[in-house]
Amino acid sequence: MQNVLIVAEQSGGHLRKATLHAIAAGQVLAGRTGGKVHVALLGKDLGGLSTELAGYGVTVHAADSAGLTHYLAEAFAPVVAGIAKEVGAGFVGAAATAFGKDLVPRVAARMGAACATEVLGFGGSGAAVTFQRPMWAGNVLAEVDLTTPVKAFTVRPTEFPAAAKGAAGEVKAVAVADPGALPTRFVEFKEVKSERPELTEARVVVAGGRGTKGDFKPLEELADLLGAAVGASRAAVDAGWVPNDWQVGQTGKVVAPELYVAAGISGAIQHLAGMKGSKVIVAINKDSEAPVFQLADYGLVADLFKAVPELVEKIKAGKGS
Amino acid sequence: MPLKILVTAKRVEDPESKIKVKPDGTGIVTDGVNYKMNPFDEIAVEEALRLKEKHGGEVVVASIGADKSMTEIRAALAMGADRGILVKHDGPLDPFVVSAILDKLFEKEKPDLVLLGKQSIDDDQNQVGQYLAERRGLGQATFASKTESLESEAEQKKQPGVVLAADGKSLRVVREVDGGLVTVDVSLPAIVTCDLRLNKPRFASLPGIMKAKKKPVEEIVAASLGVDLAPKVAVKKLSEPPKRQGGLKVADVPELYAKLKGEAKVL
Ligand SMILES: Cc1cc2nc3c(=O)[nH]c(=O)nc-3n(C[C@H](O)[C@H](O)[C@H](O)COP(=O)(O)OP(=O)(O)OC[C@H]3O[C@@H](n4cnc5c(N)ncnc54)[C@H](O)[C@@H]3O)c2cc1C
Ligand SMILES: Nc1ncnc2c1ncn2[C@@H]1O[C@H](COP(=O)(O)O)[C@@H](O)[C@H]1O
Repeated sequence: MQNVLIVAEQSGGHLRKATLHAIAAGQVLAGRTGGKVHVALLGKDLGGLSTELAGYGVTVHAADSAGLTHYLAEAFAPVVAGIAKEVGAGFVGAAATAFGKDLVPRVAARMGAACATEVLGFGGSGAAVTFQRPMWAGNVLAEVDLTTPVKAFTVRPTEFPAAAKGAAGEVKAVAVADPGALPTRFVEFKEVKSERPELTEARVVVAGGRGTKGDFKPLEELADLLGAAVGASRAAVDAGWVPNDWQVGQTGKVVAPELYVAAGISGAIQHLAGMKGSKVIVAINKDSEAPVFQLADYGLVADLFKAVPELVEKIKAGKGS
Repeated sequence: MPLKILVTAKRVEDPESKIKVKPDGTGIVTDGVNYKMNPFDEIAVEEALRLKEKHGGEVVVASIGADKSMTEIRAALAMGADRGILVKHDGPLDPFVVSAILDKLFEKEKPDLVLLGKQSIDDDQNQVGQYLAERRGLGQATFASKTESLESEAEQKKQPGVVLAADGKSLRVVREVDGGLVTVDVSLPAIVTCDLRLNKPRFASLPGIMKAKKKPVEEIVAASLGVDLAPKVAVKKLSEPPKRQGGLKVADVPELYAKLKGEAKVL
């Protein structure tokens, strides 16, 4: 019987939804090993978040301390590893967000654990769990075995449903030792403020590439009409047209919305790696040979500056009727 | 203050190449595939060179892998790195083992800074820097980026994005995270992993390539380092993911709208 520890991600007392998908993955694992799911929640002024999380049928270990106000791997890793030892966790994981990707390998190193990142699912049988993960920009699916006693992982949130509320679990307060002077200090966070839904959580994503020539206005108008998030290819981000945070792909965000509209994006394998799990893909591109058309459900060979505004008008007219 | 920088250069499949899995699932088809330095490592090498140009010091490039990884070391030397270390190992590697080897190189070289890529584009792990930082008890600044764009004047002038403090004791690093950019100060020695927007790597010049041939490269057999080389992330099987069915074209916007509304029901 091995327990599972999932690290929750929050900012300002608000839970990142990705955490619920990681908890669901943890529940799958616990079902396999016969263990329980524990959740580590770290920060300052966590308020009602611990109880909210416990509502998912897990035991929450809340570390509420001034030293954890701003996330730093150096401050968080020892606390997470401490909780993992305390609960006898055989598996330690989090969602594969920037937070999880930064933290979990450090926790793993601390525990002498090997780590599988961006996990898509679990294989093996019974308590002998193997991990399925993508390689080569999603061109290859690998099944890996972690040979260390404790196994660490990050899960791709789009591959697991969000955990459902269950019988309320326990909340335990964790005493945090003073870590002393850390080698890293938080200076500031420049947040990209947006009224739009978060890219990884949106029902619809409208994304633009080099073909926009820097003018994202038509795409933003379509996005706002649909309550969508806006995404971008690396080329558009590198040019400085849109925030880094909008990049979709192998080395950016992975999204799987109900509808993904790619406009002025050629469809390089590194971009496709971040959106090919979308339910319906629309491609709008001037070049009928663009690779993105091979995987799009609906391809439209057109100038995006004509087609996108026309689509906006159509949708508006449709809403009016 | 001059900086001694250790930078890593992994040999990987060219991101432009088509990757196919062998029918028996034991590996990928390597026929016709080109190899090069991991693109994130090119960014790390570039950053190391800019820091050296600004503050003086030495740039040591390390690669772990089969003999052929010498090509990637020479490529970094041609960009301007001073010397190389090739840690020879033929079998499979993983971040657990690579970071243990880099830990040994750190002990030997005692650099002020280790610059790595954030991720290998073959295994897509994104772990080695974080492991190395914890193994050494050092600060980690992963996903290093900068506030100015790659089209900015600072970039044209090849200014480092990672900034050394006036007292020479720490680095200020802007990190790409979800929802924006976070800035941290990290004490030296430090571990920094580089993201895409940190810089535009330079191309090696012809004189650079000629000089690189004469620069010293130390060869170390991995087995001599006292590190357990057995992979802890053991790949059991590779397969090709299910292909997505697509390819349908619509004639115009009204047809697209009709399909999205009527057939796909997503509007
Ligand atoms: C290590 C590495 C990591 C990478 N990671 C990522 C990643 O995470 N995400 C990512 O996206 N990329 C990534 N890339 C980059 C990727 O390889 C491509 O270079 C990039 O996706 C291309 O962006 P694009 O499609 O916008 O530009 P292009 O390939 O230049 O395509 C522009 C398209 O716009 C079309 N177009 C032009 N004008 C119009 C118009 N008026 N109307 C309609 N269509 C028009 C053109 O026909 C063309 O198809 C990575 C590359 C490397 C090496
Ligand atoms: N075999 C290797 N030789 C040199 N550097 C490596 C090797 N493997 C990984 N690295 C470095 O570690 C970074 C992160 O790799 P990974 O954690 O494997 O995705 C890469 O960008 C490289 O800089």
